Amino acid sequence: MIFAPSPFLLKDVSVSQVMTQVCVALIPGIAAYAWLVGPAILVQLVIATFAALFAEAAMLKLRGKPLALFLSDGSAIVTAWLIALTFPPLAPWWMVFTGTIFAIVFAKHLYGGLGQNPFNPAMVAFAVCIVSFPALMSQWPAVGLELRLVDQIDIIFGLAPRVDALTSATPLDAMKTALRMGDGNFDIAQLLANQDIYGNFAGRGWEWVAAGYLIGGLWLWHRRVISWQVPVAFIGSLTLISGALWLYNPAAFANPIFHLFSGGTLLGAFFIATDPVSGCTTPRGKLIFGAGAGLLAYIIRVFGGFPDGVAFAVLLMNLSAPVIDLLTQPAIFGMKGKK
Amino acid sequence: MITRHELTNIARNGLWKQNSSLVQLLGLCPLLAVTTNAVNGIMLSLATIIVMAVANIAVASLRNLIPHEIRIPVFILIVAALVTVVDLMFNANLHELYVVLGIFIPLIVTNCIVLARVEAFAAKNPPLHSTLDGIFMGLGMLWTLALLGGMRELLGAGTLFGGIDMVFPSLQPIQLLPESYPGFLLGLLPPGAFILLGCMIAWKNWMDARAAARARDKGNAPAAPAPATAA
Repeated sequence: MIFAPSPFLLKDVSVSQVMTQVCVALIPGIAAYAWLVGPAILVQLVIATFAALFAEAAMLKLRGKPLALFLSDGSAIVTAWLIALTFPPLAPWWMVFTGTIFAIVFAKHLYGGLGQNPFNPAMVAFAVCIVSFPALMSQWPAVGLELRLVDQIDIIFGLAPRVDALTSATPLDAMKTALRMGDGNFDIAQLLANQDIYGNFAGRGWEWVAAGYLIGGLWLWHRRVISWQVPVAFIGSLTLISGALWLYNPAAFANPIFHLFSGGTLLGAFFIATDPVSGCTTPRGKLIFGAGAGLLAYIIRVFGGFPDGVAFAVLLMNLSAPVIDLLTQPAIFGMKGKK
Repeated sequence: MITRHELTNIARNGLWKQNSSLVQLLGLCPLLAVTTNAVNGIMLSLATIIVMAVANIAVASLRNLIPHEIRIPVFILIVAALVTVVDLMFNANLHELYVVLGIFIPLIVTNCIVLARVEAFAAKNPPLHSTLDGIFMGLGMLWTLALLGGMRELLGAGTLFGGIDMVFPSLQPIQLLPESYPGFLLGLLPPGAFILLGCMIAWKNWMDARAAARARDKGNAPAAPAPATAA
C-alpha cells in the first residue's frame, strides 16, 4: 500500500544523505546541551550509537539482509541520537543501552526494518523506559551543577553513587509539582521568578537547548529534508491551546513561550513528529498529524502524570497516521470537484 | 477403551500442536492478567484443569441427552457449577492466593478454552477421551503460563516463584538476580505480557518450521532417486 500522493518526483536523495543532514541539524542543540550539562551528553550519544549499531547489525544478520548497505544508511544513528537526547543526561548507561536495543530490535526490525515501522523507534524507547524505570527517567541534573567529565562518567557507569543532590526535576515537572503541592497558594509568575530553575522565558539553560533545536529544525526545512506542515501544525496547536488556557487563567497555566521552549516541544516538532516513516504522508494529513501531536503533548504534560507528553503524543498520532492518510488523499489531477 | 495412538494424539494436541495459548490464542485475558509470576500462572492453570477435566466428563456423559439447540446454555451451567466449587475450594484452602487471583477464578466460566473444548471435543467424544483432552489442554496452558509468568517476574523483579509461600508456607521465592537489579517494570505490565507472548508464539512457529523442514529433507532423501530410475 502506497499512501503517498503524487507527484512522484524522482529526487536524487539517498537515505544516508537525509540521515546525515538530520544529524548535522541536531548539532546546534547538542552543542547547547553540552554547554549546559557538560560532556555527559556526548558520552550518552556514544553509548546509544554503539548500542544501535550493534543491535542493527545483529538483526540484519539474523534476517539475512546485507549488512554494509543498511548499517551505513545512518537511520539507526538518528534513532540513537534522539534517544540519547531525550533521556536524562546522567542516566545509567544500561538504561540508554536497553532503550536503544529495544527501539532497534522491537520497534524497528520486528516490524520489518526501515520504512516498515508504524511507531517512531526513539519514542518507543522513551515510553518503554519511562514506564519501566520512572524514578531514574525523571532525575535530571540540577542546572549549574559543576561536574568534571570523570565524575559524570563515574555516575553514568555506576562507579559513583547516585546522590539525590545531583538530580532535580525538569522545569516542566517542577512547575506541575509546585502547582499541585501548593494547592492554589502559588501562581505561575511567582514560580517563574525562581531563578534557580527558570531562566528568561522557560527552564534556565534548557531554553537555549530548545533554541538550538529550533535553529537545526529551520535549517532542515530550508534544505527541504522536512516539510513545513508538521512543525507548523505542532507548534501552532500547542501555542493555541496553551495561549487559550493562559489567557483564561494566567495564574495556573504557563504562557505559550514557556511551553514552546520547555521539554521536548521543539525537538519533537522538528525531528520526531516529522519522521517520514511513522508519520503521515499527505500534506493535509501532516497538518492533522502535527496539530494532534501538539494538542496531545500539551494535555499529557499539563494534566497527565508524566514529566513531558511529546513521546506519548507522537506514539498516539503514529497509531492514527494510516487512517489520517486514508481520509486525506488529495484529488487525482484533473478530478477536483468531480465525483 | 482408548488406543495408544489416540492417547498420544490427545496429548500432543493439548501440549503443543493445538496449545490453547500459543496456537488457539484462547483465554488470553487471564493469561495476560495473572502471569505476573509463575506461581499465579500455575495455580490458575490448575484450577482450569480441574474445571476442564470434570466439565468434559460431565458433558461427554450427557452428550446424547442434551438437546442440540440449547447445548451452549447447558454447557455454561455445568461449567459454572464446577467453577463455583473450585472458587469455594480456593477460598477455603488457599485464601491468600484466592485474593491475589481475584476475579480470574470466577471468570474461568467465561474462559473460551473451557467452552471450546466442551463444544469441540467433549460433545462428540466418549468420557475417557474427553477427560484426557481436558487434562492435556489444561497442561498445555499450564506450561505456557508458567513459562510466561517466570519470564515476566524474572525480567520485572529478578525473582522466580514469587508468592510461592502462599501455596507452600515453608518455601520462599528464589531471588535469581542481585538485589540491586532495577527491575524492568515493562515485564510486569500488560504490554510486556503481549510482547513476550508474541515472542513465544514466534518461537513455537520457528520450532515447527524447523521440524517441518527436517521432515521434508528426510522424506525427500530416499524418494529422490526414484524418479531418476523411472526416467
